[in-house]
Amino acid sequence: MTKEPCDRDAAQVLGLVVNPVAGLGGAVALKGTDGAAIVARALAAGAEPHAGERARRAMDAFKRDGGGPVLTGPGNLGAEAAPWADVITLPPTGTAEDTKALVKAMQGRVALILFAGGDGTARDVMAANNTEIPILGIPAGVKMHSGVFARTPERAGQVAAAFLASRGRRMDDAEVMDIDEEERRRGRLSAQLYGMARTPAGPTAHLGPKAGSGGDAVAEIDAALGAYARDMDDDTLYFIGPGMTMAALKQRLGGGTLLGVDAARAGQIIARDLSEADILALLDANGRTRIVLTVIGGQGFLLGRGNQQFSPLVIGRIGLDAIDVICAASKLAALTLPELAVDTGDVDLDQGLSGFRQVITGPGRRQVIRVAA
Amino acid sequence: MTAPISNRSDARFEGYHSARWAEPVVMELSSPGRRGAVFPDAGPVPDLPPGALRKARPVLPEMTEHDALRHYLHLSQMTLGMMGVSLFGTCTMKYNSRIGERAVAADQLAEVHPLQHPDTLQGVLEIYANFNDMLCELSGMDQFVFQAGGGADAAYTHACVTRAYHASRGELAQRDQIVTTIQSHPCSPATANAAGFEVITLSLEENGYPSLDQLKSAIGPRTAALMVNNPDDMGIYNPEIKEWIKAVHGVGGLCFYDHANFNGVMTRVRARELGFDACMFMLHKTFGAPKGGGGPAVGAYGCADHLVPFLPSPLVVRQGQGFALDEDRPQSIGRVREFWGNAPQVVKAYAWARAMGAEGLREAADLSVLANNYMDKRLGELPGVTKSHPHIDAWRLEMTRHSVEQVTKDTGCTVVDIANRMTDYGIDALWLSHEPWVVPEPFTPEAGELWSKEDIDYWIDVMARVIKEAYVDPKTVKTAPHKGAIHQLKTDGMEDPERWATTWRAYQRKQGMAEAAE
Repeated sequence: MTKEPCDRDAAQVLGLVVNPVAGLGGAVALKGTDGAAIVARALAAGAEPHAGERARRAMDAFKRDGGGPVLTGPGNLGAEAAPWADVITLPPTGTAEDTKALVKAMQGRVALILFAGGDGTARDVMAANNTEIPILGIPAGVKMHSGVFARTPERAGQVAAAFLASRGRRMDDAEVMDIDEEERRRGRLSAQLYGMARTPAGPTAHLGPKAGSGGDAVAEIDAALGAYARDMDDDTLYFIGPGMTMAALKQRLGGGTLLGVDAARAGQIIARDLSEADILALLDANGRTRIVLTVIGGQGFLLGRGNQQFSPLVIGRIGLDAIDVICAASKLAALTLPELAVDTGDVDLDQGLSGFRQVITGPGRRQVIRVAA
Repeated sequence: MTAPISNRSDARFEGYHSARWAEPVVMELSSPGRRGAVFPDAGPVPDLPPGALRKARPVLPEMTEHDALRHYLHLSQMTLGMMGVSLFGTCTMKYNSRIGERAVAADQLAEVHPLQHPDTLQGVLEIYANFNDMLCELSGMDQFVFQAGGGADAAYTHACVTRAYHASRGELAQRDQIVTTIQSHPCSPATANAAGFEVITLSLEENGYPSLDQLKSAIGPRTAALMVNNPDDMGIYNPEIKEWIKAVHGVGGLCFYDHANFNGVMTRVRARELGFDACMFMLHKTFGAPKGGGGPAVGAYGCADHLVPFLPSPLVVRQGQGFALDEDRPQSIGRVREFWGNAPQVVKAYAWARAMGAEGLREAADLSVLANNYMDKRLGELPGVTKSHPHIDAWRLEMTRHSVEQVTKDTGCTVVDIANRMTDYGIDALWLSHEPWVVPEPFTPEAGELWSKEDIDYWIDVMARVIKEAYVDPKTVKTAPHKGAIHQLKTDGMEDPERWATTWRAYQRKQGMAEAAE
């Protein structure tokens, strides 16, 4: 039997995937680099690739922190950033297929996939990651709304080394999101939640060690959801939005969708993955109704990203005051701007939604935060 | 890299190394039959009830007196803490003067017990009464109580007083919310929750504190109280505080001033004159009594006349020519701690305040602000160091939250790496921030009035050095400390019950050693 490259104990091996064209569009204001035509335009406009350089910084940190064997792709798909790594032979196509092929080849052979790219790369990694190996992103893209990215390339390398060296291998589920670039180039944001991926436990791991013992953010939000579920009014119909926090609430009500809007009454999910029309039909047939939301992504969107089923018509009928927001305090603290955003498509409604709003952050805890249109 | 390095302390940069001993656990030093002192045979076992008699001998280390002393001396040499320069912010680290230690070691305090008749405790009670007067003068409040065992305990006292006050007016069922701010000390929301209130936390805005509009959006008929620090750890004084109090009083709520950050405003503001109904001083930080390690502390809680009936019992009161303990207080919330709290701490704080005098307190407050602004200016010149709300150019009070986020982005060295490396130069590990971190990679130094300009310069010079190292040799910074008693802790075991051991028995079991015979 021929010896496969990196024929070692998979539990110790790091997989490295570099998307060499990630981040090209940012500098030339193309709002992303999904698709060959855009890559060509970006290069023509003078964009210089930097994903490889960022991957190299991450790998330097990985090595510095005592990281072990690495399996990667040839040339600018990884080997340039980690010259000592074992290489998977693969004819590069210069497209997203390279990312997918590498991730497929790594199944069963690595314990963590470290990738350099943005949200689009995260989606490609997730799509090919059949055995759900945990993933971690080196921030190198234009769009990084997903929860799998470390804050800096060095941090990514450190987290990867610490994760592979740890006994517990603690992991979290994180959102993988992306924004439709075509829409965004037309000035309209349209974010989608594509699914969940396992990633080394955060936000501690991703953002750096915290002082003292601190609060357990997961336990606190979990307790908040428990209290909320317990106090739900039996005669009210609740429309529960997408996202990880909401999925955890739905789980307490018998289980629902991660990415969709579900309806619950009397402690049970009664309808799943509703469209705007479905919601409107349920409104016609029911009395008291409420909307339950969480904050989507690092950009702090409350409405208009990934939950467009809550259309201006729906929100108008349910009422601006019948909206509950549940979100971990640590997530609010990590927002790029200390405020929440709404973009329902209806300027007057956005105005009505803006101002100070209370977010449930724990059992018996609310935080006031400004909502900006 | 143009960070100014002062001339004085270069010798100290290279000179430090912690003592390092390969010190075993004391049980492992045991040798059968070895004794510290040999006593004559005590004779037959006295007539004790069977249940009080041990069946097996206790497992104790058998060693000589000098072996035992050497062991603990080695451990103390390897313990960080107040051995170097400690600018540990929010904790207002102060030297605990010998005069306070002398005062509490005197028989008049060391040999008394709170269950003695008050007629035999007049000296201690007089100190309580006099110190009460001093704190009333500093705060404008009408009565203090020293029972709470720390700042959080005093905040809890306030939450309980708030409950009793609204209950006495028949409004408790309606008033179920306490409002605080995200940079107030975390004990405010925690104790409000513990007392059964829902907590509404206000977020910071452009000015470094929440706007009056934000406060107004959160208060109403459900508001029981406001609990705030001013300034908070950003060092920014909220100039609208009187308006805040007016708004909260307008809806029927009480206002509590957490004076954790009192050092910069001592003798400059009186809580009552701002409108607050109650406040709290930490004697173990601001007033020079010892703190740390969860040890005995005192949160001195004071309030205005309308809340006095609800204070914990007993209160020390003047009676005739002397002093008495008033326990006949039917509206009191009861006790938050045994007896009258930690009396030695009260005596130490009293000794400190008497030694300082009113002028001394004012000078100390001004010095602490001066020292912080000097630090702020010099830290601002270090590459990669920024501070919270950099656009606000107003003077900060006694501390400011800074950030090394840029250093982390450039070099991968985090604030924890930098703190670890600074200990290699004889600096006590710095304080980062309460959670949640609203400033990334935070650190919060506080000089107070204690530390000399030379000490402050040295501290900043060390930070400048370490940042420089981060840019040229990040590995050295990331693998620090190199000159400490131990290297970096592997913290993953701390969360693994299979690995930690807090008793000798558990240690033997988890290390796979045979347990000693019972």
